[in-house]
Amino acid sequence: MRRLLPAYAVAAYAFLYLPLLVLSAFSFNASRFTVWHGFTFHWYAEAFRNQQMLDAIFNSLVIGVTASVVATAAGTLAAYGIWKRRASWLTNSLYLSLLTPEIVTGISLLAFFQWIFRFLHVQLGLHTVILAHVSFSLAYAVVVVLARLRNFDAILEEAALDLGANEWQAFRRVTLPFLAPAIVAAALLCFAVSFDDYVITSLVAGVNSETLPMVIYALARRGISPAVNALSAMVTFGLGALILIAERLQARSKAGK
Amino acid sequence: MNTLRRWFLAPASVITILLFLAPTAIVCAYSVLTRGAYGGAGQPVTVENFFRVFDPIYAEIFWRSLWISVVSTLLCLVLGFPLALFIARSKRRMLFLNLVMLPFWTSFLIRLYAWMFLLRDTGLINSLLLSAHIISRPLPLLFNDFAVILGLVYGYLPFMVLPLYATLEKLDPALIDAANDLGAKPFVTLWKVIVPLSRGGVAAGCLLVFIPCLGAYLTPDLLGGGKTVMLGNLVQNQFTTARDWPFGSAVSLVLMAAVLAVLFLAVRRKGEDLL
Repeated sequence: MRRLLPAYAVAAYAFLYLPLLVLSAFSFNASRFTVWHGFTFHWYAEAFRNQQMLDAIFNSLVIGVTASVVATAAGTLAAYGIWKRRASWLTNSLYLSLLTPEIVTGISLLAFFQWIFRFLHVQLGLHTVILAHVSFSLAYAVVVVLARLRNFDAILEEAALDLGANEWQAFRRVTLPFLAPAIVAAALLCFAVSFDDYVITSLVAGVNSETLPMVIYALARRGISPAVNALSAMVTFGLGALILIAERLQARSKAGK
Repeated sequence: MNTLRRWFLAPASVITILLFLAPTAIVCAYSVLTRGAYGGAGQPVTVENFFRVFDPIYAEIFWRSLWISVVSTLLCLVLGFPLALFIARSKRRMLFLNLVMLPFWTSFLIRLYAWMFLLRDTGLINSLLLSAHIISRPLPLLFNDFAVILGLVYGYLPFMVLPLYATLEKLDPALIDAANDLGAKPFVTLWKVIVPLSRGGVAAGCLLVFIPCLGAYLTPDLLGGGKTVMLGNLVQNQFTTARDWPFGSAVSLVLMAAVLAVLFLAVRRKGEDLL
């Protein structure tokens, strides 16, 4: 078993990484087809010349940044509130939202928005997508910040109070700096989750709110396009880098206990 | 600190009530309405939609979702266990564990697209086999249940490895040494000592894989072809093409009920919180 296990692990990691690596390698293929014809950056240039893709990337960035900032802010405050003073209905709702299949979240939000729109004269669009993303990434933010709070010694805060700080000052000057790495990690995670979402977004998107996953989905449905390979390679490595940073921060925040 | 904490809960509470609980309530309301002539919904109130979920056509989709999820979960277990064991015994545990998690956090959609790129009739696997003259016509690798299961296993393997690793890592090496000293062969040790002691991790891993598999939509949609493969696709179809929102809502609620039932059974058996 001593020799079998590492050999198996190599195969398992190949299974996890080869599809993405092969796809990235073929984004440099000079031929449109799956036969290697030489190296080119052509498809990257084409991806950046495509106005639809650029608009979609812009939308995805706007949605991702807005939703992750709002979700992380609300999530951090909520985690602090839940910590010690249990708010069980909120905690349970957040866990339930993590368990809900994406498609169910998507149709619920669609039904809800359509119902609201009977009274307000607005339509589906970028704003509904942002609201939906805030809704599903909130739970991720709470979970990440709460994990860090479990390592926090409440005595530090009590000391600040004893030394004359008020509740807000104690939170602002003692607790918040301690939480900083987890807050950044939560924001990066929310951004990654938001940037990747297709299922919920496609249901609540309206005019002028096409996101990058929606473009990739449409092209993937039509067939293999080398420009999508190029885009996929960039997104994969971009998100990969983001997650590595988030993990570093979380690891450091665990170590700095 | 209590006043401050109460205020701190406010933003998240508002978001949760408005954007999670209210939408869920609306779906519950829709599920007991009757479909209108032009895709709307209205009176009379009825439970007909829930009976329809168990019509033979739809019951078939329900069972297919179930067996695809069971097979995918078991495959994840079989593939994930040795990997978790390897990580738990290696010297650089965190590195190997992060390597498992990393692809999970990169785009799910792109990972499915990568498999489409490999499995298509004109995809890499078929092109290679054709040009090597091993096959004379492309193998039907994409748009079937095999591709869906492959996609699910690929997508959720990290969810299996993580809890398995957590239990295997805590396993006392002295127990394994004892088994070895008493003359057990490695595979006997594995089967009689390691596997029984990691039952908690196995249960948690199976749960974490089974739940998202049951509610899967994107994987069967892209890798399963145009057919309505699983419950997630049925829900989507009722809300878009068929425009029968009441029935779609009923299917969603049945799906949620199935997820919660699985969770409830697992938590009760373990007798503790899983989350």
